[in-house]
Amino acid sequence: MLSLKGVSTRYGAIQALSDVSLEVAQGGIATLIGANGAGKSTTLRSIMGLAHPHSGDVLFEGKRLNRVPTHRIAALGISLVPEGRAVFANLTVAENLELGGYLQKDRNKLKRDMDHVYEVFPRLKERLAQMAGTLSGGEQQMLAIGRAIMARPRLLLLDEPSLGLAPLMVHVIFDAIARINAEGTTILLVEQNANLALHRSQHAYVLETGRIIMHGPSSVLAQDPRVKEAYLGE
Amino acid sequence: MQTFFQQLINGLSLGSIYALVALGYTMVYGVLRLINFAHGDVYMLGAYFGYYAARILHPYRVVPWIDTLAVMVASMVACGLTALLIERLAYRPVRHASRLTMLIIAIGVSLLLESLGQIVFGADPKFFPQLIPEKTWRWHGVIFTNQEMVVILVAFILMVLLNLFVYRTRTGKAMRAVSFNLDAAKLMGINTDRIISLTFVIGSSLAAAGGVLVSINIPGIDPLMGVMTGLKAFVAAVLGGIGNIFGAVLGGLILGMAEVMVAGYGSSTYRDAIAFLILIAILLFKPAGILGKGQVEKV
Repeated sequence: MLSLKGVSTRYGAIQALSDVSLEVAQGGIATLIGANGAGKSTTLRSIMGLAHPHSGDVLFEGKRLNRVPTHRIAALGISLVPEGRAVFANLTVAENLELGGYLQKDRNKLKRDMDHVYEVFPRLKERLAQMAGTLSGGEQQMLAIGRAIMARPRLLLLDEPSLGLAPLMVHVIFDAIARINAEGTTILLVEQNANLALHRSQHAYVLETGRIIMHGPSSVLAQDPRVKEAYLGE
Repeated sequence: MQTFFQQLINGLSLGSIYALVALGYTMVYGVLRLINFAHGDVYMLGAYFGYYAARILHPYRVVPWIDTLAVMVASMVACGLTALLIERLAYRPVRHASRLTMLIIAIGVSLLLESLGQIVFGADPKFFPQLIPEKTWRWHGVIFTNQEMVVILVAFILMVLLNLFVYRTRTGKAMRAVSFNLDAAKLMGINTDRIISLTFVIGSSLAAAGGVLVSINIPGIDPLMGVMTGLKAFVAAVLGGIGNIFGAVLGGLILGMAEVMVAGYGSSTYRDAIAFLILIAILLFKPAGILGKGQVEKV
């Protein structure tokens, strides 16, 4: 569904990604794990056109995404839940969700999509008129994911959804992710919490200083001694 | 007391002009974090476009309010298109450069418009045609003119319309999203370039309306008329809290009031000074402005 072929991205003089290749198969959950600063967010930003690879190709369902503006990539069916959530703090929860469905012009469908979000995250329904900035961290993460699925994406990119959340909230969020996936959305999950990511995905890539150093079925990587030592703290 | 009420009316009419111009500063700052120093000159263009529209439409005059509306709409459209051009040619190419680069470009555009104005329109002041025959009323010694009332009323209507647009429409919502977080807005599928252009167009047509309205009241126009008004409207936007729409209106009204009160009770000599005293005070004591919340944290 999504493939990166030899993607390299620079930020000024810093080489953030070098020759990154990966495949996300339709229907599953793939994960990209790695330490802070390994280039995980840059990979997602390169897919969405927020960062521009200087070489290599990003392909979504066969279409080349390099140089396509971000808002068009979103219209093709990819949503990103950015690191740090980036909810519109000065807008209400309802307005945030409506913006998630910005491209949906049919009001009835928009309404139905919002109801779907409330089903996945009942908590958001109680907070509709509240400014997004006043929500707790976990609720903001719910809102960021809810806003992203309002666009009915076929591919959902998640950047560190567990970051800064209490363990209980992490479970709520990951159960919601599993549900969204079961409803037919393919997922690429970026996580620092490798243990969690490997247990919740089918295929995994390990990123180290901008390079993919290992990949394979998540269950296999979870048993790999190098992964265990470097990322699972065993 | 009579002086007070008289100056209250004058302040309201002057203040609503500042508010209209301040809205453009604050909206563009909201989406681009740019102080568009050419904005005052767009207000000047608005007055001139109105001047030419009034002259062209003169043979077809109907009734004062329709004439005024036609002149105002023509000037707002012309200024909107000019702004579209300025944004595309001057600001968009340097959008990814440093903010200082964009600021210098804005000053350049301002100088360009002022010089072009002097070449094209002539450096001598022009007399704006009278669209509304003046009528005055007296009430306990306070003088009301119908022209002042039109200025206040039209400015108020425009601000209500802007508010409805920003807070009640899908595009207005997109504009608020862009001003909060540009990248996140792109992720929603919002064509942010179009929203930024639209912000310039709306801000500039409000300035154009201000230029026409001020000329109804004070008919002398010249190519440098935007310099002082532009600076004062900028002070108004900072006073209210730059980036905040209500702040721009509030700042404009306070500034207009302060100015006429100084002229009324003190000396006209100091009417321009008060704006800059206010600017210095606000920068010292509350840099974020009255309604500003300080630097928005960007993730």
